[in-house]
Amino acid sequence: MFHWMEKNPFFFTVFLFVVIAYAGLVEILPNFADQSRPVVGKTPYTVLQLAGKEVYVKENCMSCHSQMVRPFKNETDRYGMYSLSGEYAYDRPFLWGSKRTGPDLHRVGNYRSTDWHENHMKEPATIVPGSIMPKYPWLFTNNADLETAYAEAVTVKKVFSTPYTEAMLTINDENPQAGFDATKMTILDEAKLIAADMKDPGVKAAVAAGNVPEIVALIAYLNSLK
Amino acid sequence: MQQSSVAYDYSVSKYFTVTAVIFGIVGMLIGVILALQLAFPGLNNLLGEYGTFGRLRPLHTNGIIYGFTLSGIWAGWYYISQRVLKVSLNEHPFLAFMAKLHFWLYALLMVLAVVTLWVGMSQSKEYVQLVWPIDLLVVVVWVVWGISMFGIMGVRREKTIYISIWYFISLYLAIAMLYIFNNLQVPTSLIAGIGDWTHSVSLYSGTNDAMVQWWFGHNAVAFVLTAGVIALIYYFLPKESGQPVFSYKLSLYSFWSMMFVYLWAGGHHLIYSTVPDWMQTFGSVFSVILILPSWGTAINMLLTMKGQWHQIAENPLIKFMIMASTFYMFSTLEGPIQAIKSVNALAHFTDWIVGHVHDGVLGWVGFMIMAALYHMAPRLSGREIYSRKLMDMQFWIQTVGIVLYFTSMWIAGITQGLMWRATDQFGNLAYSFIDTVVALHPYYAIRGVGGVLYLVGFLMFSYNIYKTFTSSKKLDKEPVNATPMAA
Repeated sequence: MFHWMEKNPFFFTVFLFVVIAYAGLVEILPNFADQSRPVVGKTPYTVLQLAGKEVYVKENCMSCHSQMVRPFKNETDRYGMYSLSGEYAYDRPFLWGSKRTGPDLHRVGNYRSTDWHENHMKEPATIVPGSIMPKYPWLFTNNADLETAYAEAVTVKKVFSTPYTEAMLTINDENPQAGFDATKMTILDEAKLIAADMKDPGVKAAVAAGNVPEIVALIAYLNSLK
Repeated sequence: MQQSSVAYDYSVSKYFTVTAVIFGIVGMLIGVILALQLAFPGLNNLLGEYGTFGRLRPLHTNGIIYGFTLSGIWAGWYYISQRVLKVSLNEHPFLAFMAKLHFWLYALLMVLAVVTLWVGMSQSKEYVQLVWPIDLLVVVVWVVWGISMFGIMGVRREKTIYISIWYFISLYLAIAMLYIFNNLQVPTSLIAGIGDWTHSVSLYSGTNDAMVQWWFGHNAVAFVLTAGVIALIYYFLPKESGQPVFSYKLSLYSFWSMMFVYLWAGGHHLIYSTVPDWMQTFGSVFSVILILPSWGTAINMLLTMKGQWHQIAENPLIKFMIMASTFYMFSTLEGPIQAIKSVNALAHFTDWIVGHVHDGVLGWVGFMIMAALYHMAPRLSGREIYSRKLMDMQFWIQTVGIVLYFTSMWIAGITQGLMWRATDQFGNLAYSFIDTVVALHPYYAIRGVGGVLYLVGFLMFSYNIYKTFTSSKKLDKEPVNATPMAA
């Protein structure tokens, strides 16, 4: 049979595809529905938090930080309760990471505060002596892309029925810009609460003027990781 | 200089040789920068937001996997396929055109990839960071390669397809399937009518996304860095040594068992995560089974040299290929060990994993691709290899570099893993996280030195290839090695 296939590349290719493909079917499909069910009480990310998640992705934080507390005593002692599948139900993409050059962040919202993050992002080594994390001064001056974060929230609500309430997200199918403008008020209210705990005058001024620097969105996201 | 009846068209092979060299230099240089950033963090902030570890890492991984390695594999494909199928692209203008189209679309793709990753446009999933419009271009490149690939098989004169071709087909199929399923995304601006048009969200969430990602991630490694490179060694080692492949049966057995087993092993990236236990166990068990096909191939290559071991001393190219097989055996034993659950509990998230990847890619992939390009260079250019002495020096410099790399990463990984779990006499954690970071500094510095040595070796390789193509002595006929074989 193998000799025959080696003379018939078409059938060789078809047979090979079957051999390659079905591991994926057997391994991935059976638990697909179960795995994406949210744990009780899990709420979707707010638009501001989504904008922060986009900053997290853009700066590729997951190349050094995991978001997966494994069920070992040393990890639960260090980071808190081990992670559950349903806690990731609204994570698109998942951000577990595969390397811990820095500590796990899945529960960082439980033990770090807004002002801690503010100081740490500016000059990590002054907060954690010996830290090898880069400084991120541009997060304080670049504005977060709220429109894209809004588009993401609208998309997951429409396509995946993510349970956003009217208060969190206004959708206007005829006029997307109007829907965004309405939602932006909610986003700014949340951003002001974060900025109130920060010291950077530039950030405070920006938020007062109706802009959201990347750092504010990122801190909103990090604070939501609990 | 052509001896056989058909004159082969090597132009596309040459193009891919050039991109392999360019992406090798750039990718490895970025790798060295990343290594030094971990040892000396001040280096992160030299280029504003464009110089941090996080921004540069995707450039390194994508540049090496899809830039250097795929270029090397395709340089080999356009050389090997004509010779083992006994068809010249010269005879088929359409196939020659598709081959050139394949190259130029790929070159365009890689330029777009570098720019977008550098500015931070990313889907975040490892090795599939490219945003959806560029993913579509990847699919186009793949389809064009497919037309060129199955086209040449359709007009072949040699009816039986050689072992290397099996592996090229497997690379083609597996990457097509995995890449598409792992890139199923919903573009947000199309749904919402607002926001960045390149942004998208994954079709899968959380744990499901992780399963699809590592089903892809592990097998992108398997089929680009393993199958594609095995395709090269099955052709170039016998050709360079003049020895027939040791055992057809062994190659048959290792090929089909590898195809069956490899796809199951992705779950070992998710051990002790929130994916179902049975899947973690499958990932672990199949990873251990994977030793058999991997070693089957490697042993088949080593035994091909039976009775001819003196060639290692005489021919630096044989040295590269035998060292590559050896590193392949080494890496494919180390991987399964790390996939055992209790070992994984220690090794996961540490630099030991980074060490494992790099003894594979530096020792196996890097050495084999350089050997393939070295073997092809005189035949593509019609000139002698510029300097065998330089080749020999390069071999030893790079080997020392690899040894420094993986030994330092083993120590770093195991040290950090043990420090994370260490407790004092009362059962409290003995170290804060930063203690475990500070402890790694010397190993990060040693790894940086290892990386620099490997890069220096690669620059010697690039110089040697450049001189071979431009100013080496002309050959009047194709070089034939010790025990000449047909074809």
